[in-house]
Amino acid sequence: MLLLLLKLFWTFFLIGLFGFGGGYAMISMIQAEIVNHHHWISTGEFTDIVAISQSTPGPIGINSATYVGYSSMVNAGYSHAWGVMGSLTATFAVVLPSFVLMLLISKFLLRYYNHPAVEHTFSGLRPAVVGLLAAAALLLMNSENFGSPDESPWQFAISILLFAFAFISQQVYKMNPIHIILLCGLAGLILL
Amino acid sequence: MFEMFFTFMRIGLFTIGGGYAMIPLIEEQVVRRKQWLTAEELIDLIAVAQSCPGIFAVNISIFVGYRRQGIRGAFLCALGAVLPSFLIILAIALVFHQFRDNWVVERIFRGIRPAVVALIAAPVFRMARSARIDRYNAWIPIASAIAIWLLGVSPIYVILLAAIGGYAYGQYIKE
Repeated sequence: MLLLLLKLFWTFFLIGLFGFGGGYAMISMIQAEIVNHHHWISTGEFTDIVAISQSTPGPIGINSATYVGYSSMVNAGYSHAWGVMGSLTATFAVVLPSFVLMLLISKFLLRYYNHPAVEHTFSGLRPAVVGLLAAAALLLMNSENFGSPDESPWQFAISILLFAFAFISQQVYKMNPIHIILLCGLAGLILL
Repeated sequence: MFEMFFTFMRIGLFTIGGGYAMIPLIEEQVVRRKQWLTAEELIDLIAVAQSCPGIFAVNISIFVGYRRQGIRGAFLCALGAVLPSFLIILAIALVFHQFRDNWVVERIFRGIRPAVVALIAAPVFRMARSARIDRYNAWIPIASAIAIWLLGVSPIYVILLAAIGGYAYGQYIKE
């Protein structure tokens, strides 16, 4: 039992350390390590976990670590309490490497923020980040988030309307994003 | 001190669909309301958090916390960002196995998803202003977006190239 916890810790520590590129990159690492290498959870379970991670609040990396940590322990025959220990271990391990790294980087940045070399580097980075964010939004404009006009015209039309509503109320009226999310969730419940 | 914890807890609670969805929330809470960061600093921080391993949203919370209150602040902010999703997922794992088949949840999320996309699209234009995009450097965001969106290039390479390009341009060409 302790051995499995240690293995969980080590595996998620590595995933956190090499998980460049956000949640989706992490998901493919979890699949390689946890499903294909260690067989702690099945492929079907893994798909469910990804779906749940995407549709619940919070970063996808945290969500999947929490869920996988729990399932791995319970699948191995331990009690729910050990499952909770498993999710604690996996979540802590996945955050730990970036916590240490980010602390070092924060320290460095705060000290050298006004150094010309750092300033020059950021002057190249800033315009690229704008493009990065635009790409993230463009990549999400797919049938998974909006429905398709052929299969579900009603959902597609409502989705476009909700998109326009959210965009305008955020861009023009500076409405609180939390309120926008709550309102659109309510609209989805009634209309979709 | 606990204000930071609760701020990031609120941000974590309403971030649906990954790290980028957190940006409009951070903009609202951390930049506009509490003014812990300027709009420009947030852009720099996004670049740094994206090029570090680990979870984008947690990386941002660590920097903000460290800057305000040192290591203790970093710990509290990271905990705040992680805790809501940890508890929610744990509850789902323990109790609601049929969570996704629940039609109420499914409908609510169908409404939320397009809004989340809009919330990610909206800051693009505000950030273009803070990043001082003009007609001479507009090609950089456009080229970066096309490389990632249509060509499938990893954002990490785009960031590396932009960092090296910005450094080289500032050090050798502008001088």
